Amino acid sequence: MHSYLGYLTIGATVGGLRVGDMLVQLFFFLLLLYFVKKFAWGPLMNKMQEREEYVAGEIESAEKSRLEAEKASIEAAAQLNNVKLEAQKLIEDAKSAGMKQEQDIVESARKEADQIIQAAQADIQNEKEKAIQALQDKVASLSVLIASKVIEKEISAQDQEKLINDYIKEVGEER
Amino acid sequence: MINLDHTAPIVENVFGISWLDFNLSNVLMIAVASLIVFLFSVWGSRNLQMKPTGMQNFMEWIVGFVKGIINDTMDWKTGKVFLPLGLTLITYILVSNLLGVMTMGVVGHDLWWKSPTADATLTLTLSAMVIVLTNFYGIKMRGPKAYFKEYVSPVPLMLPFKIIEEFTNTLTLGLRLFGNIFAGEVLLSLLVGLATTGVLGFIGAALPMMAWQGFSLFIGGIQAFVFTMLTMVYMSHKVTNDH
Repeated sequence: MHSYLGYLTIGATVGGLRVGDMLVQLFFFLLLLYFVKKFAWGPLMNKMQEREEYVAGEIESAEKSRLEAEKASIEAAAQLNNVKLEAQKLIEDAKSAGMKQEQDIVESARKEADQIIQAAQADIQNEKEKAIQALQDKVASLSVLIASKVIEKEISAQDQEKLINDYIKEVGEER
Repeated sequence: MINLDHTAPIVENVFGISWLDFNLSNVLMIAVASLIVFLFSVWGSRNLQMKPTGMQNFMEWIVGFVKGIINDTMDWKTGKVFLPLGLTLITYILVSNLLGVMTMGVVGHDLWWKSPTADATLTLTLSAMVIVLTNFYGIKMRGPKAYFKEYVSPVPLMLPFKIIEEFTNTLTLGLRLFGNIFAGEVLLSLLVGLATTGVLGFIGAALPMMAWQGFSLFIGGIQAFVFTMLTMVYMSHKVTNDH
């Protein structure tokens, strides 16, 4: 059977305990250990460590910002409430101020109207009195005029002459 | 040895030193496995980004996986220095295991291409290295006093057992990996032998071979995981105070 074994075949030997092999194995393994640690596993582990720290930091900062956001939202809500209250107060103030102003305006308008009415009444009274006065004056002069007209008509030439004479006489006497 | 007609490309007495022998196949496969792991790791972790995509996700999954292994055995503060060791172990052993499953290369009568982890020398070297490292970190992290006190607790009678335990740990850790991978390769070589006997043999061998290769992939993954896991378990025994 062994005579059939070809070039590419599977087999194994136990081998003796050779010092050279031991030294080679030891040397190569330690060399390999050094090189893979330096060039492969070392950088890889550093990277993993770095990522671990990065993730931890990110989680921490996320937590922090979440807390901050919560605080900010609470603050915002409080502020909103304040603003609402303030706005309500403002509206109420404005309403009451408007009401008061309205009352004031009405009041002052009424007063003014009263004054105007009073002044007008006084004027009317005044005018009335003046008119009456004027009328009385007119009546007097008119009555004199009428009387003189009437007198004029009834006096004759004879009388007139007598009158003129009398007047002249009177004037002469007075001198 | 199973494959009697397959010899290993062994050079002996290098530089005239009588104890310095090399299996060139092992040297080649160690270099190939190391190179693959190195290139893959560097390629996978190039162009790193905060938002990972594709390959980076996979690499981070591997890191997470090994992190999970370490977290199972000790707390992360003491365990994080072992992460590169665990990553290198699991990737190197996995690649080594799979190299032999994909294909085998024979040049002449010498077996050149195989799993480096199918050689007991190499797995025992790895396990011995791990045990030495656990002792080293035990002293470094807890101080010599606490380290040596561990050997005589709870009673001084435990001292010989504790010392033997170090060696048995080395042996079980290394031989478990070797045994699993070697057995897989032996069965694969038998199936290939069957497949090369003729048309009927090829048809008969095709299906079990596919099944066994799939199983070997699985075994390779499991063993890489087990080796890394046990490394971290032994490490935690040495570097943690509470047990």
